[in-house]
Amino acid sequence: MSRSGEAYAQELNRKRAAAQRAAADEDNDENQGNGNKVAFGAAGNFDTDVYGSVRGESRDGYLDSIGTGEEDDVDEDSMPTVQKKATNYSQPHKFIEEVAAASEDTDPFADTRTKTIAERQSKYHERAMRRQISPDRADAFVDQTPDNRNRGYAEVMRDQRYHEEKGRVERELADRAKAGELHVTREPEKKKGRWDATEAPESSENLGAASATPSQGSAPRKRLGFASLSAEAATPRAARWDETPAHSTGAADATPSVDKWSSTPAAQTPRRNRWDETPKADLNDGSMTPGWGMETPARGASDDVKIEDTPSASKRRSRWDLTPSQTPNVAAATPLHAGAQTPSFTPSHPSQTPIGAMTPGGATPIGTAAMGMKTPAPHMIPMTPEQMQIYRWEKEIDDRNRPLTDEELESLFPPGYKVLVPPMNYIPLRTPSRKLMATPTPMGGAGAGGFYMPGTPDRDGVGEKGVGGLVDTQPKNAELPPLKPDDMQYFDKLLMDVDESSLSREEKNEREIMEHLLKIKNGTPPMRKSGLRKITENARKYGAGPLFNQILPLLMSPSLEDQERHLMVKVIDRILYKLDDLVRPYVHKILVVIEPLLIDEDYYARVEGREIISNLAKAAGLATMISTMRPDIDNVDEYVRNTTARAFAVVASALGIPALLPFLKAVCKSKKSWQARHTGIKIVQQMAILMGCAVLPHLKALVEIVKDGLDDEQQKVRTITALCLAALAEASAPYGIEAFDSVLKPLWKGIRMHRGKGLAAFLKAIGYLIPLMDAEYASYYTREVMLILIREFASPDEEMKKIVLKVVKQCCATDGVEPSYIRDEVLPSFFKAFWNQRMAMDRRNYRQLVDTTVEIAQKVGCVEMIARIVDDLKDENEQYRKMVMETIENIVALQGATDIDARLEEQLIDGLLYAFQEQTQEDSVMLDGFGTICSSLGRRAKAYIPQICGTILWRLNNKSAKVRQQAADLIARIAPVMHMCEEEKMMGHMGVVLYEYLGEEYPEVLGSILGALKAICNVIGMTKMTPPIKDLLPRLTPILKNRHEKVQENCIDLVGAIADRGSEFVSAREWMRICFELLELLKAHKKSIRRAAINTFGFIAKAIGPHDVLATLLNNLKVQERQLRVCTTVAIAIVSETCAPFTVLPAIMNEYRVPEINVQNGVLKALSFMFEYIGEMAKDYIYAVVPLLIDALMERDQVHRQIAVDAVAHLAIGVYGFGCEDALIHLLNYVWPNMLENSPHLIQRWVFACEGMRVSLGPIKVMQYCLQALWHPARKVREPVWKVFNNLILGSADALIAGYPRIENTPTNQYVRYELDYVL
Amino acid sequence: MALPGERFHVLAQLEHLQSKYTGTGHADMNRHEWVVNQHRDTRAFQMSHPGMNTYIAVVENESRARTRFNLINRMIQPCGPPPEKHPLDDA
Repeated sequence: MSRSGEAYAQELNRKRAAAQRAAADEDNDENQGNGNKVAFGAAGNFDTDVYGSVRGESRDGYLDSIGTGEEDDVDEDSMPTVQKKATNYSQPHKFIEEVAAASEDTDPFADTRTKTIAERQSKYHERAMRRQISPDRADAFVDQTPDNRNRGYAEVMRDQRYHEEKGRVERELADRAKAGELHVTREPEKKKGRWDATEAPESSENLGAASATPSQGSAPRKRLGFASLSAEAATPRAARWDETPAHSTGAADATPSVDKWSSTPAAQTPRRNRWDETPKADLNDGSMTPGWGMETPARGASDDVKIEDTPSASKRRSRWDLTPSQTPNVAAATPLHAGAQTPSFTPSHPSQTPIGAMTPGGATPIGTAAMGMKTPAPHMIPMTPEQMQIYRWEKEIDDRNRPLTDEELESLFPPGYKVLVPPMNYIPLRTPSRKLMATPTPMGGAGAGGFYMPGTPDRDGVGEKGVGGLVDTQPKNAELPPLKPDDMQYFDKLLMDVDESSLSREEKNEREIMEHLLKIKNGTPPMRKSGLRKITENARKYGAGPLFNQILPLLMSPSLEDQERHLMVKVIDRILYKLDDLVRPYVHKILVVIEPLLIDEDYYARVEGREIISNLAKAAGLATMISTMRPDIDNVDEYVRNTTARAFAVVASALGIPALLPFLKAVCKSKKSWQARHTGIKIVQQMAILMGCAVLPHLKALVEIVKDGLDDEQQKVRTITALCLAALAEASAPYGIEAFDSVLKPLWKGIRMHRGKGLAAFLKAIGYLIPLMDAEYASYYTREVMLILIREFASPDEEMKKIVLKVVKQCCATDGVEPSYIRDEVLPSFFKAFWNQRMAMDRRNYRQLVDTTVEIAQKVGCVEMIARIVDDLKDENEQYRKMVMETIENIVALQGATDIDARLEEQLIDGLLYAFQEQTQEDSVMLDGFGTICSSLGRRAKAYIPQICGTILWRLNNKSAKVRQQAADLIARIAPVMHMCEEEKMMGHMGVVLYEYLGEEYPEVLGSILGALKAICNVIGMTKMTPPIKDLLPRLTPILKNRHEKVQENCIDLVGAIADRGSEFVSAREWMRICFELLELLKAHKKSIRRAAINTFGFIAKAIGPHDVLATLLNNLKVQERQLRVCTTVAIAIVSETCAPFTVLPAIMNEYRVPEINVQNGVLKALSFMFEYIGEMAKDYIYAVVPLLIDALMERDQVHRQIAVDAVAHLAIGVYGFGCEDALIHLLNYVWPNMLENSPHLIQRWVFACEGMRVSLGPIKVMQYCLQALWHPARKVREPVWKVFNNLILGSADALIAGYPRIENTPTNQYVRYELDYVL
Repeated sequence: MALPGERFHVLAQLEHLQSKYTGTGHADMNRHEWVVNQHRDTRAFQMSHPGMNTYIAVVENESRARTRFNLINRMIQPCGPPPEKHPLDDA
């Protein structure tokens, strides 16, 4: 469908282009006859009969298009497009762009799809994917012979150094290559020779050779060439590494290097590794330990996507992904597809292809063999998600476009059609290869069998069979959820039917873990729960290795979504608790996966990441954490260092700062590499950010550790040190200036010495230090730093701007700064540099500028500031106007409008009106500003009210709904001010106008109008309201039916206000009508609406007496919906509270006799709420309701008793101190037996009731009840009673002392409390 | 209205809250522990209320400070050593 749509669009485009061309030609010809036709989408031109003469005479003298004068404006391209549209009608770019976009391959639903994490991440975040999950490390704490595959600290550090040096050599080589000193020489023959010796097939030889030297075919590609070059260069060095086992060399990849290519083994490790290993390890990309089966394909896949355009790479991949027997078949059979994906799926659906001949690899190994096989069985060769997506899409299109069957045709055509015999000379295509070429379906999903035309029972369910119906995504265990296409590579083993008994223990465990994970990842919530529980329970049984080997690759998957990541992280969290110190060898693996969460843009991901790392630190211990993370501290990759620093900060917060101090000291003083110092200081910074004021006890030590960084020779280290000090100062504010004594001087020297980024950091540090100082120092330092700040006002650097603004704010906030100083020295350049449209464009700049300006205004007074910016309220840029408005609003809100003189006041109102009328964006800044400023002007606004009201009235009549809505909202804001100005008449007029607009169609606008009416009603009172209430209310009744939440909320509020204060203006009949409408509102989703409706019941009942309202409500108890009944009971309770219980109780107690469980429950619940609301008034009614309650407490139905117990609890608390013990004991006797119930709801209510009894009967009485059961032989009896007894102890331990029973001494123990026997 | 899961949660929370305080008990408590708590509660009560403290001081014919001190001391193993664990008590 979309394909044909596309074709259509393309055709349209073609036509349009042709039309444009034609139009242009015609224009050139000055063909008068057709000149007035303008093609759609083409630029229009002027009527020649109007302008013709002018054009003819002096064409040069006139412009035929008028510029908007904004071309020169630097801000133009960042202006909102709305404005552009208004000035530029001749070129509907939008349409052209739309069509252009539609002609490309775009997914129209791209916006609605949930984005995977990988998709929304920035380039920087993507670097996480380049890290590899490092192999296990040795656990130094376990007394065992180290597994030689496990690397210890020493090996890791050696690797680290090796990579550092390699990086250095590579850089040097690159430099030299650039300088032209170096010439690459290659020896392809030699390599070929090696190949000939090992493997035979000629076709693969070519492929192999091409892939072994990735750069061969692409000499102009600088990057590739560079990679291969470095590999060559590294070879001699690598000889040393050949001696170490292959795995640990491969493991060197744990440290990613900057270049993508160098992370592939070809470039980095000696070739021997890749080719000499068994194919199974090779499939795993050669860089992994064997256990890491499935993760590399994913990464390999993503790499593949990136480098699709390099032929050598994709070839290499295809070669390795194919099982040899298939290669020729596939290449021949499906000419339309790239090799990699075809073979992987063809064989995998034996059940669906009718003929077995199509599946060359059909004899899939099953069972143990399959489980043990690292080479994926044919149908599990992973596709990248993208490939899968494309493939599925194609498949779906093909499925939809496949020929119609006879039955379908039958059903489509009216009767009377018949099937013609084919002509005698027709020869169908019989050669399968030609057939394949000819069919529109490249894969022949259904029709691949040649003449066979399959029945299509499920034509409309095409997409529901997994991947285009080709692969069965339902695991063999039917209880498991189906796989998503992207899960194939992780969970494919579950698709095979395996005999459980033939599996070894490890395999069985692996399968179990896989099942649990699949349940957690794709299952329904109950499945997820059970999966999570099982995997947690058995964590120690499975062991850390198998668990993490499966979980971590999942987390690195490029197609991961937020929800899935959350679940996987949760799994890790749970099993960490269980595994405890078993986790040690896997710490680094886990960190590689979890660290990226620390810099995720999603807040909750960051929190989760922190939690995991902190638990990890607690499980593994400080020593392991340090030895694991130490090598990453001076990693060459900034990304790794950044995340490591953050992780270290989390470790510090988990294990305590003091534990980490010695380590930090060593790192920050590292002589060897500046990266280590940088990271060390960054750790301190992150600690400050993470832990806030918890750094205070260690502030001195931390500052001492980092302070040398201020004089470091590396600029980056100096910068981070300053930032670190800023963070420490921010965290410890307002304390701890003493700790910073030693850094003040270097900081001060620094701001004079540095420029650019370094200076920005130093300024930031000083900005945060100044608030810590006392006034004297602060004033001195502020004067010093101000000079530099003013100089930097002009800096074009965005970051610098923000920091300067922040520091200015901090300086101005200190006590010691003179207003005159700011006024004379700072303000002129401040306004010149910052108050421009450009600042309003960036949200962070905007915020910072508003804050700083408001802060300065606190110092120099509001007039000074407002006068400077008030004219900008009429600026042409809306965003800028908003910024001005927000600033003025904040200033006025803080300082009031008393200082504002008449002239400024006029300017202000003028600007307000302009800004308000010109607004196009929908937010509350303008409204808030208008409201705040008007109300702080108070009576002084009187002069402007007519003008404002005129504007509002005019705009209430506007065609645009948004304008009307804003006008109504503004009325609501300024109603109190109008009242203050005694503009009652005007308000009355407004009321009438609004009343007339109640027929408004747009619910948003109607809601605002109702809100405005409510505001007017509230300020002028019900009696003076125009239109009179008796007219207004009947008009509101039908509006209550409106389903829009905003309308409902405003309407119910207004009705409630009238019922509360003006009920006498409306007849009882009308109120009853409203009662019925209100019942509907109890269904509302929004709680505030339900609450307002319930309260309104109370008001109405008060106005017209409870009887009718009550009858309505009691009737409503019969409905089915629970929410309605609950709300009704609350309403009954409120009615009885407002009208005194005696007016209501008889009716509801009578209602209890209705033999309907819902009604009886409702009545009881109403009683319960009523006793809760009326409190001690209950003393007058307790004896009346006791029989009813007792009846209810003897009811069979558990829920019924539960509500009754709840009612008793509220009743008991209400009557405390009124001498109703007799009734209460009676009730307690009926409540007490409920302790044996199973329902936790009932038990909870029962505990609550006993608490109530403790309060009003006294604890000893309740304890006497408890004593019967505390030592009961049955645990089921003892347990609930201990709960109550414990509550007694918590609540009234002292009071119980006199009540404990006397327990006789035993021969060994003295149990009698003899002090109690003392008599004087 | 909350979900049933939350209700369990509320009760579980209550139990957790209770277990944080000394003097509370549970279904598997034995008599000795219970009575020890009573004794300690009693003495804490007598010692911390000045009236009770004076009263006991008069009866025991000691100074109030001494009485207080005695009462505190009596809180150490107030009922003597805990009973031997009987093999049948485990259940």
